[in-house]
Amino acid sequence: MTETSLYLAQRLSAVVMIPLVLGHLGVMIYAVQGGLTGAEILARTQGSSFWAVFYGAFVIAASVHAAIGLRAIAGEWLGVRGLTLTGFMAATFFGLLATGLQAVVAVVS
Amino acid sequence: MSERIHVSIWRGAAEGRYETFDVPRYESQTVLDTVAWIQQEADPTLSYRFACRVGMCGSCAMMVNGVPRWTCRTHVQKVITDGAMTIAPLRNLPVIKDLAVDMDPFFDKWTAAEGQHHGTRTRDEPIVEIAPATADRTAANEGIECINCSVCYAACDTVAGNPDFLGPAALNRAWTLVNDAKDGARGEILDAISGRGGCHACHSMGSCAVHCPNELNPTRSIAGLKRAVTRRALGLSD
Repeated sequence: MTETSLYLAQRLSAVVMIPLVLGHLGVMIYAVQGGLTGAEILARTQGSSFWAVFYGAFVIAASVHAAIGLRAIAGEWLGVRGLTLTGFMAATFFGLLATGLQAVVAVVS
Repeated sequence: MSERIHVSIWRGAAEGRYETFDVPRYESQTVLDTVAWIQQEADPTLSYRFACRVGMCGSCAMMVNGVPRWTCRTHVQKVITDGAMTIAPLRNLPVIKDLAVDMDPFFDKWTAAEGQHHGTRTRDEPIVEIAPATADRTAANEGIECINCSVCYAACDTVAGNPDFLGPAALNRAWTLVNDAKDGARGEILDAISGRGGCHACHSMGSCAVHCPNELNPTRSIAGLKRAVTRRALGLSD
């Protein structure tokens, strides 16, 4: 992938995350203030295609964003270069994606 | 005003030590004046670089108390602390000896960023007419007073962390050419500055703009390059 495409992917994923982060924070504050239990939250999320799409998109965007950002940090701070750096970025992306989607599946299914 | 200045100067190359000299102080004295006094009156083996002494040539930049500065235009009065100051070679460049650094990496990156002029006409053709008030020309004008002193390069933490990074001066130069109606290689320049170590490696920390002695803003130029590369990648411009 070119530097330009990575740059665009990171900015685009940030744009996607802006409303999702705000929505997530809003839901958390609402849930905590309303005194909802874990079981009550699960009752609202299970079977909900809305929350599946909401948090599924969140996980994908965060995985893209974080993997590209950590690639830059690994390159500058650890001196990682070439295929090793690309492999590190891919491993970060797929690791975050797999664990994140697993969590989404756990609360919506 | 004390009558003497305690000046600690780096001696050696990558390995070396600081050596301290007592230099007489006088009105309107520059940092370069103190270095010249040491070389002429105390230790003729001291190596440093200068030429014009008036802020035009970009030769005399050094680290003064840890800050990159053009020493010919920096008054001692501005930087002296408790009657002392420390002078070291520019950061982020290999030291040849004492205060003289190897500028090759700086200018190699300038060339790698397609910093040379790419003419479109022969000497027999009339020169391109430039309307001074266009947006392109205004953007180019904001960056063309660079004297290649390498102060921005020494100030840049991204250069320190990423040896591939082209640096603020080279990218600022590329931005002036991208906006220059007389330059015919916009595509080549944007290709050259959008690879690994190009404009996308900049973290916009702004040290270049803070320390540029000519008050240029390479951070803004690099942001302009990012926009130009993005528009081109999305097919919105050449």
